[in-house]
Amino acid sequence: MTITEVRSERLTTSKAMVQAIDLEMERDERVIYLGEDVGMYGGIFSSTTGLLDKYGPSRVLDTPISESAFIGLAIGAATEGMRPIAELMFSDFMGVCLDQIYNHMAKIGFESGGNVKVPMVLTMAVGGGYSDGAQHSQCLWGTFAHLPGMKIVVPSNPYDAKGLMTAAIRDDNPVVYMFHKGVMGLPWMAKNPRSIADVPAEAYEVPIGTANLAREGTDVTVVTISLSVHHCLDVAEALAPQGISVEVIDLRSLVPLDRHAILQSVAKTGRLVVVDEDYLSFGMSGEVAATITDADPSLLKAPVVRVGNPDVPVPYAHALEYAILPRPDRIEAAIRMVVGA
Amino acid sequence: MSTIKSPPVESKGTLSPEVRVSLYEMMVLSRTFEEAILREYHADKGPGFDIGKGLVPGEMHLSAGQEPVAAGVCAHLTTADAVTATHRPHHFAIAHRVDLRRMTAEIFGRVDGLGRGRGGHMHLFDPDTHFSCSGIIAEGYPPALGMAFAFQRQGKDAIAVAVTGEGAANQGAFHESLNLAALWKLPVVFVVEDNDWGISVPRTVSTSVGNNADRARANGMPGVRVEDNDVEAVWEAARTAVQRARAGDGPSLIEVHTLRMWGHFEGDAQGYRPELAEVTSHDPIPAYESTLLASGVLDATAIDRIRAAASERVEDAVAFAKASPVPDPATAHDYVFNERSTR
Repeated sequence: MTITEVRSERLTTSKAMVQAIDLEMERDERVIYLGEDVGMYGGIFSSTTGLLDKYGPSRVLDTPISESAFIGLAIGAATEGMRPIAELMFSDFMGVCLDQIYNHMAKIGFESGGNVKVPMVLTMAVGGGYSDGAQHSQCLWGTFAHLPGMKIVVPSNPYDAKGLMTAAIRDDNPVVYMFHKGVMGLPWMAKNPRSIADVPAEAYEVPIGTANLAREGTDVTVVTISLSVHHCLDVAEALAPQGISVEVIDLRSLVPLDRHAILQSVAKTGRLVVVDEDYLSFGMSGEVAATITDADPSLLKAPVVRVGNPDVPVPYAHALEYAILPRPDRIEAAIRMVVGA
Repeated sequence: MSTIKSPPVESKGTLSPEVRVSLYEMMVLSRTFEEAILREYHADKGPGFDIGKGLVPGEMHLSAGQEPVAAGVCAHLTTADAVTATHRPHHFAIAHRVDLRRMTAEIFGRVDGLGRGRGGHMHLFDPDTHFSCSGIIAEGYPPALGMAFAFQRQGKDAIAVAVTGEGAANQGAFHESLNLAALWKLPVVFVVEDNDWGISVPRTVSTSVGNNADRARANGMPGVRVEDNDVEAVWEAARTAVQRARAGDGPSLIEVHTLRMWGHFEGDAQGYRPELAEVTSHDPIPAYESTLLASGVLDATAIDRIRAAASERVEDAVAFAKASPVPDPATAHDYVFNERSTR
């Protein structure tokens, strides 16, 4: 009798993310982590807990509040053979350093005709739902994904958080790794049970650019990402006893986008709802809808329904914020509309 | 204007004849190159002036007059050191020994160019000499920090030189970079080319201090200002700064009061420039030539030989560029990511 023991442990998303970084830092001394409050504090959203103790201040570096300087430093270090991870504390702060991100990190490989590599990871916290107001609650993945030259990954759960981080660190291209505060399993924020799960102990990669079929269904495809995956799965579970079979696709990566997974599912269900916590216009939801219409509009038995932030800066007051976020009530209403129930 | 004065850096007259000749040769090579690009750029822009037309299309920022800065600084570097230059990068690329043929081919947008025609004259990347440049003001400073950081971690004695203009010294990235480089004692030499003009805006209209060396000291590093566009004074200042960086003592800043002889870009009529008529009389190359002739380091025959050699190298590079194929439009999607396009 052969017993194959698969070692795993229950981890929050943040701990799974840290474990991936830890294993890569152990394996590859070129990997460093730098950013604001990533040392003693361990990352405001627990993205680096324990790494300073293990690797010391020469590899886990607290930086001044100078995002252009330290993200640019990561870029230069990457071009000279290191594999840095730089953390932008909130995606909302892209405004103070976007030039380094989209004109340098994302373009150097192209402008050099492939002669220079920029193997780095840019991590950032995204998302709202806890009254942090208009400058600390945005997702902005559509903005990043619009700009060519960087891969974009957005895990929703511990397994993907670890596997995508490992893949991101090992990738020879710049990868933007966006973690929603609401999926991290933080003890000081409301969390979905899906923020804690069994994760294999060893290092593994989730391939960048592959979507995850989070739930199989037959009546409608819901394409979503990040914290909204949790809400969509909750809604799908609630609707199942009512005879509505919902398929949920967690994109996990926006660049490259797994268009095949979207098309395959919609070919089966004929109906599509896109749920996106980012701004509605000119973003992910439009891109997913266009994936169908570019390929074969006749796949659709009903118009696509999009649930997103209706192009409103994220309000502070709880009641207002929850009116614009893609909460379960809005997701359920969209699904009912598209299936005619 | 600042009341804090830094001591002016002047040539101590201690340079060997060999160094003086090599500085002159580098300046001549650089100028010869810019004159050739000027000729090729304007050869087929007509009728009138169409910026997008011709063998060398697009914006063109030439460095004539600023040769002393690049020659004086890069004389202390090897190709193991990194240089991040600006939108006006040719003199630094040449002084840092970037392959002239491949650099020229890139300016002509050809497949044998440094970036296979994807970059253009503001985006030259050469891993062999660790040279790069950026078209965005001041934004070449932060990556230089990272190159220096990597060299330090890798136990190399290489350093990074980061170049900007005086207009860039009012950008956030400039100040962020100075602070972080000093804080982490990174082996960086910051160079500010003060050519008096941010396109059409004079320094007096843009800058609160008279001397960017003061800003270096405000960030905890030595700063000096070289007046008079004097290549030997730049060489002296750079020697000190490069030695300091290599010794692990951290960054320094050198501001050089240099001269933009031509327009911000080609096609700029410079109507905003009251001193335009005098510019040629301040050309640093004839001035240095006179100095070297007077001191007996060079004679007329040697000067002719140096000019002819420069011309030969430059025309060879131009011919190489013109002979290189134009990129195939079918490859326009390539190199966005490190693996080839999967579209």
